[in-house]
Amino acid sequence: MTQVHPAPAPPTPRREHTQVSRKSWSKRFFGRPEVGSLMGAVAIFVMFYAIADPFRTPGAQSTVLYASSTIGIVTVGVCLLMIGGEFDLSAGVGVTTSALAASMFAFQLSLNVWVGVVFALLVSLGIGLFNGFVLTRTKLPSFLVTLATFLMLQGLNLAMTKLVTGNVATNSISDMDGFDSAKAIFASSVQIGSVSVKITVFWWLLFVAVATWVLLRTKVGNWIFAVGGKADSARAVGVPVNRTKIGLFMTVGFTAWFAGMHKLFAFNTVQSGEGVGQELIFIAAAVVGGCLLTGGYGSAIGAAIGAFIFGMTGQGIVFANWNPDWYMFFVGITLLVATLLNLWVRNRAARR
Amino acid sequence: MTDNHTPVVELDGVGKSYGNIRALDQVSLAVHENQVTCILGDNGAGKSTLIKIVSGLHGYDEGSYRVDGVPVRFTSPRDALDRGIATVYQDLAVVPLMPVWRNFFLGSEITTGTWPLRRLDVGTMRATTDTELKKMGIDLPDVEQPIGTLSGGQRQCVAIARAIHFGARVLILDEPTAALGVKQSGVVLKYIAAARDAGLAVIFITHNPHHAFLVGDHFTVLQHGRIELDAARADLTLDDLTHHMAGGAELDTLRHELDRAGGPGPQPQLSGT
Ligand SMILES: Nc1ncnc2c1ncn2[C@@H]1O[C@H](COP(=O)(O)OP(=O)(O)OP(=O)(O)O)[C@@H](O)[C@H]1O
Ligand SMILES: [Mg+2]
Repeated sequence: MTQVHPAPAPPTPRREHTQVSRKSWSKRFFGRPEVGSLMGAVAIFVMFYAIADPFRTPGAQSTVLYASSTIGIVTVGVCLLMIGGEFDLSAGVGVTTSALAASMFAFQLSLNVWVGVVFALLVSLGIGLFNGFVLTRTKLPSFLVTLATFLMLQGLNLAMTKLVTGNVATNSISDMDGFDSAKAIFASSVQIGSVSVKITVFWWLLFVAVATWVLLRTKVGNWIFAVGGKADSARAVGVPVNRTKIGLFMTVGFTAWFAGMHKLFAFNTVQSGEGVGQELIFIAAAVVGGCLLTGGYGSAIGAAIGAFIFGMTGQGIVFANWNPDWYMFFVGITLLVATLLNLWVRNRAARR
Repeated sequence: MTDNHTPVVELDGVGKSYGNIRALDQVSLAVHENQVTCILGDNGAGKSTLIKIVSGLHGYDEGSYRVDGVPVRFTSPRDALDRGIATVYQDLAVVPLMPVWRNFFLGSEITTGTWPLRRLDVGTMRATTDTELKKMGIDLPDVEQPIGTLSGGQRQCVAIARAIHFGARVLILDEPTAALGVKQSGVVLKYIAAARDAGLAVIFITHNPHHAFLVGDHFTVLQHGRIELDAARADLTLDDLTHHMAGGAELDTLRHELDRAGGPGPQPQLSGT
């Protein structure tokens, strides 16, 4: 395949070239991180399509997409971070923290809700900055750093809410200034023909597209793969490793903020105990989508398919009239099967 | 010849400890353009530590470091790279899962367009990688393949080609031939000579005195973090170099002791009884 000394030029370079590119096209397709999850998503879709009548309606598909988007938005951030070689266990409660911060700040000070929204963004970015800063300073594993943040936020969410509102949930903000415009951005619906689609679906697709572009077509994307693949090598050729990692934690913070704002403006109030366990769903979705736990490999599109699989499973169970208690069981099976499938596809691609 | 010019890189009495371990002690080094400076020594002699200081990856505890006669204090490899000091590391050369061309341009990516649509110029980078590697005699069917799938020698050559392409004035190679066969070592050694002829200052770290003697102009042998030998090629034979590599003065003492113990017997105790 490769030669140390240049070989004599091939007699028909044209044909040679197409042959190479055709061979590497199939190789490239099967070498993509998202292939395994795509196969899984199709299989699960066909299964629910076959067994559950109500699943076949456009309305049901819209619900599936909505459920997927609520998982998928944060998964975009979590997936980028995992490609960069780190975890964030605080992302699930971080969503609740953001929603609580926006709601209580605006309500208690009787401000326009947009002030609360901006305050929550600063809080979420601040949490990401904290995670990233502690991680790069102490060199502790991110599992430990973000586990600590997760526990702290879980306590803060409950304690602060009780302290401020005297209750476990926040007051409704639906009659406050700016609520309608914020709801239009974060929690409205768009009518497409006869189906109404939640706006989060479009935001989700936009974030996935931007993340994919950043990963594959920008400098920062190159750095993300490099710091996750081999941080020391990256540093040695001048990549700002610490800044990249801190930026990734702040990106997770941004996506958690967005999901939190959706929650707040969709339900008007926030339960302070929510979000625990969600962080693992985000990580699972990213892994199902082909992200390596060890970093340096993965794709935002794959992670979106992973989120779609979980969204589809959650709604499919309902449409098939199964007991929703089985949801977590299916999430577990999906994770295991998808991981093995990914491994199998990767090994086959490497052997080709 | 070039010895009366200002050295590009100059260390003076540098010392470095890792906790209790004294990795370097009073080490001085002068590296000139158009020369290959070889640094030799046993495992753990401090070779990698020395070049990590030169390349800005580590700080040092005492002594001074000058580039073009100007004292410097590097805080990151970026500082060294900006002064044209590029390093191909023994243990951290590339990111295995990333495509060859992405590795080639990592940290020095070419972009087009204006923010926020500033993006990688993928076509140019792929083509440049391909031509630069062809210049080194590496013909890959696809620069998109992960660099981890290349052989050790090819990976070294990619790293060297990268350093040369980005206009290095000082090229540091940490045991580039250690994991290579005879033929691939030859390719790397030719590249070292070519880099020198192109006017670069090359610092070549190796275990192998034969490789060093093939391309070296100046030799520094380290032992336990100290300088055991510092000599120009003219003042040295391959035998001298091998002798110093093997321990030099220590070896003499050892031979002396063995001689006194009497006879060629492998076990002194036997001759005693
Ligand atoms: N990061 C580190 N922390 C602690 N000790 C270190 C570290 N790096 C090197 N050392 C110690 O410093 C000494 C010199 O190591 P160095 O890597 O510079 O040797 P070397 O000459 O490059 O060896 P080799 O030929 O095996 O590459 C050794 O005793 C080593 O154990
Ligand atoms: Mg070494």
